[in-house]
Amino acid sequence: MASTTAAAETPRLRPSKPTGFLSWVATTDHKRIGILYFWTVLAFFFIGGVESSLIRAQLAQAELSVLTPEIYNQMFTMHGITMVFLVVMPFAAAFFNYLLPLMIGARDVAFPRLNAFSYWFYLFGGIFLYSSFFLGGAPNGSWVGYAPLSTNAVSNMAFYAVGIQILGVSSLASAINFIVTIINMRAPGMTFMRMPMFVWMTLTTSFLLLFAVPIIAVALFMLQFDAVFNAQFFQPASGGDPILYQHLFWLFGHPEVYIMILPAMGIVSEVMPTFSRKPLFGYAAMAFAGAAIGFIGFGVWAHHMFTSAIGPVPRSAFAVATMFIAVPTGIKIFNWVFTMWGGRIRFTTAMLFSVGFVSMFTIGGLSGVMHAIVPHNAQQHDTYFVVAHFHYVLFGGALFGLISGVYYWFPKVTGRLMNEKLGKVHFWTWLFGFNLTFGPMHMSGLLGQPRRTAVLPGELGATVELYNLLSSLGVVVLAISASIFLYNLIRSIRSGEASGDDPWDARTIEWMTATPPKHHNFDVIPVVTSRDEFWHRKYAESEEGIPVAVPVGASVDEESDAGHDEHIHMPDPSLWPAIHTLGVLPLGYGLVYANWLLVGIGAVWMVAGMFGWIIEPLAEGDDDEPAVAGAAAH
Amino acid sequence: MTAVAPSTSMGLDSRKLGMWTFLASEFLFFGAFVSAYLLYIDETNGGPGIEIFDIPFTSVSSFVLLMSSLTMVLAHNSHVRGDLRRMRLWTLATAGQGMVFLGGQVYEFTVFYREGLDLTQSPFASSFFFLTGFHGAHVAIGVLLLLGLYSLSLTGKVKVGQDVKTEMVGLYWHFVDIIWVIIFTVVYLIPELRV
Repeated sequence: MASTTAAAETPRLRPSKPTGFLSWVATTDHKRIGILYFWTVLAFFFIGGVESSLIRAQLAQAELSVLTPEIYNQMFTMHGITMVFLVVMPFAAAFFNYLLPLMIGARDVAFPRLNAFSYWFYLFGGIFLYSSFFLGGAPNGSWVGYAPLSTNAVSNMAFYAVGIQILGVSSLASAINFIVTIINMRAPGMTFMRMPMFVWMTLTTSFLLLFAVPIIAVALFMLQFDAVFNAQFFQPASGGDPILYQHLFWLFGHPEVYIMILPAMGIVSEVMPTFSRKPLFGYAAMAFAGAAIGFIGFGVWAHHMFTSAIGPVPRSAFAVATMFIAVPTGIKIFNWVFTMWGGRIRFTTAMLFSVGFVSMFTIGGLSGVMHAIVPHNAQQHDTYFVVAHFHYVLFGGALFGLISGVYYWFPKVTGRLMNEKLGKVHFWTWLFGFNLTFGPMHMSGLLGQPRRTAVLPGELGATVELYNLLSSLGVVVLAISASIFLYNLIRSIRSGEASGDDPWDARTIEWMTATPPKHHNFDVIPVVTSRDEFWHRKYAESEEGIPVAVPVGASVDEESDAGHDEHIHMPDPSLWPAIHTLGVLPLGYGLVYANWLLVGIGAVWMVAGMFGWIIEPLAEGDDDEPAVAGAAAH
Repeated sequence: MTAVAPSTSMGLDSRKLGMWTFLASEFLFFGAFVSAYLLYIDETNGGPGIEIFDIPFTSVSSFVLLMSSLTMVLAHNSHVRGDLRRMRLWTLATAGQGMVFLGGQVYEFTVFYREGLDLTQSPFASSFFFLTGFHGAHVAIGVLLLLGLYSLSLTGKVKVGQDVKTEMVGLYWHFVDIIWVIIFTVVYLIPELRV
């Protein structure tokens, strides 16, 4: 790849070893970045799980004092931030990174180093947020951070404001990267209407991020300047309007829930056809329903604010819009059911998690429609009914879908199968533990148990106490279930059964690559002639419409022999994204502590890192003109 | 310039598409600031309000910024024609005008501060300084990009035929200008009609 003369002329800061710690720090390979995301997510998922266990321990009975109210507030705030920003969103990013180029027949994403930049911003943002525990306490004003409460100096929300800002930059950079990759780097013949549904959902999610992140950025800047520099955005005493914060937050916050659920919907739309041996039912309807969710998702935010002072007309309008968004969601649910209908279903663990997704998400969706009814909403606002609802869509929905994806694509990443027996134990305990934890919250919420309250009030009565005890027991089941998953994961990586290239008889072109895929993904970029390309290369259809296997060998590209990859031009590893993003730490602490020296150091560091990045060519001996990697024309 | 330019699915250079995508996002960023400003335009908390603006002064600095878009176009045009010497000249001229605008903003902020308008005075003051300040930060980043483009063209990193690099900086620079057209109209001119 690198011409030796050029390397000798300009010695550069570029690790060349393909293995070892430094090779991971410097990686620009989308597959490796996806793997980095995955393990980081697991670490944060563990921390977020510990926080939720502490919350449930405190609420196991009425009037307990396992945690002080101060610690309790930090726990539920950090649990929410962790699960939303450090688990579900980057979990989806792990899948986007690993799969997207493989699914559209590209060699990498459009901007490989920007991709690394996104990961490092995510990692440093997470570390920054968690460092607050050692610097006077974590944020404690809930993940919504309502002003003016959160601008109070004792609430530590400056860490929240700056930390989420850092994570937002990461999301924005990924969104741009994925949008450009999908629009510009599809293999020949991979038209928009032939893309796997997961790619469609990635595209929709990226556009949601693109337009939602700048709005939360504005809200967080204002919040942080109110908190640290005494600005007057949300201070009622000087005429500031706290409702403005709510609008800005939820104008981001509601698209955010679709940002979390759409990737899981994409995964389920890949898993179900494969294990039903049928094409996805209503492909176009699925794609456009996703896009419709994206559009309408920007017009429903005020249903989070029905009890705030927004007036009857907005309440009515947002109530209607909220009911309306259930229509495209319903289209998706019916299409998944019809995909399974009449199919030859194999209930593998991945399939079970997908079916679990559809059923649990439907329950959460129904309680969501209940929230659209304004008087009903006023009754439920800030009770555990809401907690039950969003855990059914985010845990029962997003997380079930993402775990389904782990079981489904694990063989692609590792070349091994996960243990199905342990997988099924994991699924059933997970399903049971989940319902035991969050099912009773519907009831305790309707009976009046308030959210975000450190002590379960005794006067709510024995029934509510019983529901809370059940919830806390559910967490124990979930902890056991998660341990089974982790054990299965590690054991399968080490000594799982070899999977071969196509263990599931899958339909999409990522399964045409070697397992695990080579650095450059495809020796020869496939020419796509139909939706479910790989399936059509494997099977022809008999006159009765029954799939008939094509003779062995016909599905493989003739040219894909060894040695063909000699001249494929891939981006080299680079340390600059990691070096550049490290500057965000002094910058962030400087903003939190109003220390201009630190801000200056961080800013100069980042600018210097940016210039190092620009001066270094994408690949050695390359003049970075034209762009390399994954060009469809190769 | 070694290999043949790779074709993309849409035929548009990925870097340019990336810049357009980023700018789409930036519109929402400034849109939120503009909304906050309009909401708070009368919330002066007893301090100075919109009457503090010096329209003739800001008109001049706005004119300088708008003219910098012309020199930006000339810089790109020179690069396309392969005339790197003129491209450098126009790039520097663009950066210079950007710095004049920034200087004007620093002067304006200083005057306002002396007249009692600071960030902590009122929601009006906070939202004014945020909207114009964040725009100023964008101009500053643009100046940095232009100076970077200039110096990299001297070191040979930016070559003849790589005019997409100038075009990228240009896209960003024009965006920053367009945002200023909106800010100048919404923040300075339209409220003036009410005074």
